[in-house]
Amino acid sequence: MDIIVCIKQVPETTEVRINPETNTLIREGVKSIINPFDMYAIEEGVRLKEKFGGKVTVITMGPPQAEAALREAISLGADEGILICDRAFAGSDTWATSYTLSGAIKKLGDFDLILCGKQASDGDTAQVGPGISAHLDIPQVTYVKKIEEVKDKLMRVERMMEEGYEIIETPLPAVLTVVKEINEPRLPSLKGMMKAKSAQIVHWSQKELNLDPQSIGLCGSPTQVMKIFTPPQRTGGQILQGEISEVASKLVDLIKDEVH
Amino acid sequence: MDYLLTDENKMVRDLARKIAEEKVRPVAAKYDETQEYPWDVIKVIADAGLFGLFIPEEYGGMSNSVLNLCLATEELSSACGGIAVCYAASALGTFPIVLFGTDEQKKKYLPDLAAGKKVAAFGITEPEAGSDASAITTTAKKAGDHYILNGIKHFITNGGDAETYVVIAMTNKSKGARGASAFIVEKGTPGFSFGKKEEKLGIRASSTRELIFTDCKVPAKNLLSKEGMGFIVTMKTFDISRPGVAAQALGIAQGALAVAVKYSKERHQFGKSISSFQGIQWMLADMATQIEAARALVYACAREIDSGCKDVGKDSAMAKMYASDVAMKVTTDAVQILGGYGYMKDYPAEKFMRDAKITQIYEGTNQIQRNIIALQLIKEMAK
Repeated sequence: MDIIVCIKQVPETTEVRINPETNTLIREGVKSIINPFDMYAIEEGVRLKEKFGGKVTVITMGPPQAEAALREAISLGADEGILICDRAFAGSDTWATSYTLSGAIKKLGDFDLILCGKQASDGDTAQVGPGISAHLDIPQVTYVKKIEEVKDKLMRVERMMEEGYEIIETPLPAVLTVVKEINEPRLPSLKGMMKAKSAQIVHWSQKELNLDPQSIGLCGSPTQVMKIFTPPQRTGGQILQGEISEVASKLVDLIKDEVH
Repeated sequence: MDYLLTDENKMVRDLARKIAEEKVRPVAAKYDETQEYPWDVIKVIADAGLFGLFIPEEYGGMSNSVLNLCLATEELSSACGGIAVCYAASALGTFPIVLFGTDEQKKKYLPDLAAGKKVAAFGITEPEAGSDASAITTTAKKAGDHYILNGIKHFITNGGDAETYVVIAMTNKSKGARGASAFIVEKGTPGFSFGKKEEKLGIRASSTRELIFTDCKVPAKNLLSKEGMGFIVTMKTFDISRPGVAAQALGIAQGALAVAVKYSKERHQFGKSISSFQGIQWMLADMATQIEAARALVYACAREIDSGCKDVGKDSAMAKMYASDVAMKVTTDAVQILGGYGYMKDYPAEKFMRDAKITQIYEGTNQIQRNIIALQLIKEMAK
């Protein structure tokens, strides 16, 4: 089974600081890690490889230092790492990113499965996985919490919902985005770390990928970031007490106030 | 302090630190309380490949480096001395096979030990033979292609949980120390059983049991080295295993210092954090300096062994003795800095102190270490 795992290097913090003037992330002084949700995608890919054979290729788009994320993925059991790195890709939104990643995946050739984390912990959009599937025109299943069965060119998975889960059967190749319930990622092994240290990371730039220049980087990104901010903490809400009829009419009043 | 570690050394240290923080520290108090053998953590350590650190590559290991073993033991010990010794004691039981095993013996036993599928233990101590190892009464009588073992070993770390044992028994009592021999004994050998699990002050996650041999039939091919080499096997094993105990002590001390520094910043008395008082500062400064001095000694000794030096007995005795004395002092001071809280089991300080004590006792008491150092000094002066 040939598996591609798309990962992202993110700042190690749950509360990302934002430069208020440029509306971009402040990366200085913050350690970079693999997006925590992508760790589950890597682990699932490695488990599938251990079960069915084949190989796991990890892809990321980012600055040269994102190579560290690929090496870490190799220490966790992935076989190869590909870094998509070019100034021409800078400023990509989720549309341009998924277009660029899908371009790299096409260049790689045959594969059975693409795994992504459900979303990145910095942007929280959850759009890149579905975007890849759209650009490649293959099926997608998001929020996968279990791979139930794999047979031939078919996969049955459980998709996590707010209440309960769906069972979905999809032909392969497909894109799955996974949630943290799917597995418990392993720690690296010494042998894996040694392998990661000496691994050759493939670098692909626009020259190798030869993508439509209008669809990459900042000019290929239709998203306009108006404002980025930390949402205010949720307050405890208000609990109405008293006779049911009283509470009901009070509630109606409150909703009316809110609407006006 | 920068010890100019290689990339490989750093990899080992960082991986062990990750395991210590994520997998050991959260369960340290639990295993201290229950005294169960920490198989789930042992599996994590095995999967990470750390059991391969003291076994050559051709037998499934990956470095055969005492320094790497020390780095791993130190990191694990900084989270739990008890869980760390389950690991380090397997190294102790494995070293005799690495040092003296035939190719056939190594091929048979080392791959499973390197993979951590099995753990090892070393058995020399007896109820009446502790520091005086020549007083051993366990016997091994040759009978055809077997040896028949009779006797009791006690206080054996990993006893009962290990699969592979190296046991010292007398093949010729009349020859005294030169009449001892070393045997590999597998768990499950008829006539080989275990006594009760000991209740201990510290390192309670580790198991300590008697090994009981009653007409235990061990194949003659399990003899390590030759008859009469038992004490040489033991001494050479201890020479390279002592830095491991030293590293355990070092880790325990480091763990206690971290707790003390953190607490001193958080604890407020007289309107200030107690870390702002010179009395506390000087204690912390002494603790940190003593740990660093111990670390320098332990790493230097480990490097000396890895470089192939043969005469390392005195230096490894110094490392073990000094680091364990530092551990006892630093952990006691850590409890003092935490005051009443330090004495309570809700805080981790007292466990470090309990775990530290054994490092002054096992693999040769610190008094025996001083004997080794002094005898070697006198010998050197006579040259």
